[in-house]
Amino acid sequence: MSNYSMHILVCGGTGCKSANSDKIIENLEKHLAAQNMTDQVQILKTGCFGFCEKGPIVKILPDNTFYVQVQPEDAQELIEEHIVKGRKVERLLYEDPETNKRISDSQKMDFYKKQIRIALRNCGVIDPDNLDEYIARDGYQAIGKVLTSMTPKEVIEVIKASGLRGRGGGGFPTGLKWQFASQYQNDVKYVVCNADEGDPGAFMDRSILEGDPHSVVEAMTICGYAIGASNGRVYIRAEYPLAIKRLQKAIDDAREYGLLGNDILGSGFNFDIKLTYGAGAFVCGEETSLIHSMEGERGEPTTKPPFPAESGFWGKPTNVNNVETFANVPVIILKGSDWFTKIGTEKSKGTKVFALAGAINNVGLIEVPMGTTLREVIYDIGGGIKGGKKFKAVQTGGPSGGCLTEKDLDTPIDFDNLLAKGSMMGSGGMIVMSEDDCMVAMAKFYLEFSVEESCGKCTPCRVGTRRLLEILELITSGKGKMEHIDELKRLCRVIKDTALCGLGQAAPNPVLSTLEAFEDEYIAHIVDKRCPAGQCKDLLKYYILPDKCIGCTACTRVCPTQAITGERKKPHVIDVEKCIKCGACIEKCRFGAIVKK
Amino acid sequence: MAELKNEQFNELEQFIDSMSSTKGELIRVLHKAQEIFGYLPKEVQKFVAKKLHVSTAKVFGVVSFYSFFTMTPRGEHNIAICLGTACYVRGAEKVLDAFKRELNINTGETTKDGKFSITGVRCVGACGLAPVVMVGEKVYGRVTPDMVKDILEEYKD
Repeated sequence: MSNYSMHILVCGGTGCKSANSDKIIENLEKHLAAQNMTDQVQILKTGCFGFCEKGPIVKILPDNTFYVQVQPEDAQELIEEHIVKGRKVERLLYEDPETNKRISDSQKMDFYKKQIRIALRNCGVIDPDNLDEYIARDGYQAIGKVLTSMTPKEVIEVIKASGLRGRGGGGFPTGLKWQFASQYQNDVKYVVCNADEGDPGAFMDRSILEGDPHSVVEAMTICGYAIGASNGRVYIRAEYPLAIKRLQKAIDDAREYGLLGNDILGSGFNFDIKLTYGAGAFVCGEETSLIHSMEGERGEPTTKPPFPAESGFWGKPTNVNNVETFANVPVIILKGSDWFTKIGTEKSKGTKVFALAGAINNVGLIEVPMGTTLREVIYDIGGGIKGGKKFKAVQTGGPSGGCLTEKDLDTPIDFDNLLAKGSMMGSGGMIVMSEDDCMVAMAKFYLEFSVEESCGKCTPCRVGTRRLLEILELITSGKGKMEHIDELKRLCRVIKDTALCGLGQAAPNPVLSTLEAFEDEYIAHIVDKRCPAGQCKDLLKYYILPDKCIGCTACTRVCPTQAITGERKKPHVIDVEKCIKCGACIEKCRFGAIVKK
Repeated sequence: MAELKNEQFNELEQFIDSMSSTKGELIRVLHKAQEIFGYLPKEVQKFVAKKLHVSTAKVFGVVSFYSFFTMTPRGEHNIAICLGTACYVRGAEKVLDAFKRELNINTGETTKDGKFSITGVRCVGACGLAPVVMVGEKVYGRVTPDMVKDILEEYKD
């Protein structure tokens, strides 16, 4: 590495790859070769930088210049100007939306200023396919330290003292989990990594696997040593082909370097990892379901106890942790639990990765210390609401979580605070909603998800969530009655109390939390037959404002049902009977003449 | 509809025979089968059941449980519309409606000429590009309903 005087880092995460980052690399290489500089400058494909909104991202080291929304055609200019002449390409630098100044150093951007990157420490920094680069960033030092100078008990003590809690959603203390698994004696034990990220709108685990797969490999090995297991399994979504490829390569490379397999680093400790593919079932994020799925069965949950620590995969003691949890482990081992406990709040230590999405300016992947407020995340890092709209709510914890509103914006984010507010941390999806989003429709959206993903084993979840959805459908289509609100509340409580697993118990959360904060919106749908956000199709009618319509006929041409009629250069009208409320006309009209109410 | 070919069954058989143990490998075998056949019709499920010495009911139970497995053949170009929350908030439903209207089929169906099918998928994780549509392997970002016609045009004939 040291032979190169400059490095060009290009994001190879799924988001930027979809926006053609491979072609950027190809063009950069071509123009670099044309300048005869291939031995001085190295081009690297890294994991996700997190700032997906402005992707594809290209970063140049050592001067740390951060280019955004780079197109393949920009490659020539980047090489000829920046690399050869040392002049920054101003137009590709990030523009601060408030000051309109171009910023070249990512550390000075609001998006990165408040972040602390532990789990994402190597994402966007190293080439994930290159084991040496991971080693250059202190990789595999933690496993070295553990194998040569620590007993399994000491490892567990460090993790316990660090206060690390499960990042998959539950927030169970990781050290305690390891301790339980270590207590059960058996000749075969398993370490399982849960990489079945099924929460819609969450992509943190995928980014870690794509950007820094070795950290997970190393952490699983450390866990294996701590609990006395020599078999590792990663249960990974089949929908993540890139993550699978990179993780498999990481495992193969680690094996070749003697960092996996028999007698790791000459210590006599054996450990190896295999991949098992999931097949798309949200409930498989629940650990007993996940284990059944790994055994090739339907991924249905079973009651605990017995906990997997006692009887898990093939009835053997099994420890299941999620990707982000594992990614924290090597750093904690190296820097110590004291360092880790200094970050975060009293009961939630360290950082949390969030996938920020929805009606927000800066969509992306962020990592902030626990205790950061929602306001800081949404306004400082997220850059506020898209299109200058008004903030309405933020949904954390996905379909299992609840929505938080204006009054919760200054709540420090940690496991317990979010639970107390009727939501949950979940795996880290954070969907921001603006005044244009209907909360009843949102609750319905999540219920549709829960109904579809309910495994069907227990009645409260299988039937109860469907009944909830049916009531919500009545309300959003204008057939709701006031009794429905009480019925929703009652049914939610019953499901919460009686469902078998976490999925069912949490499924009513989106309904309960929106009912609590936005009951008036429910009432508007029921009593006034009106959707205040203008989103529920059945309650809307489209109109043309005669004084704004100039009769350009653009709308008549896009209308799929020929519902719009009128002479050229004269105001048009919409036949509400024929109109299917698709909204195509609104998008086409350049004069703001079409409204829905 | 594509016919099930003998060599496809042979390929699957070889894959199964190459496993040291088939214990707990049903899902892996089904992944392979879907890769070979493109979908998992009754005949394939029966074949898998026989080879793994499990009941057809069990195979069907697993196939129908997981959304990744499909029992109907997909179109030559499968249009996967992300219905994750981020895409939903940014208007994925309207995009889906536009595709349904253009192709005159519903989610999960295939056009009569076998060219296109529509599926809704959960979060492909490219939330920065929401709403996202995938046609085959190609990803389209920030899709609006009026882009739909142009996208389909790329794949006609």
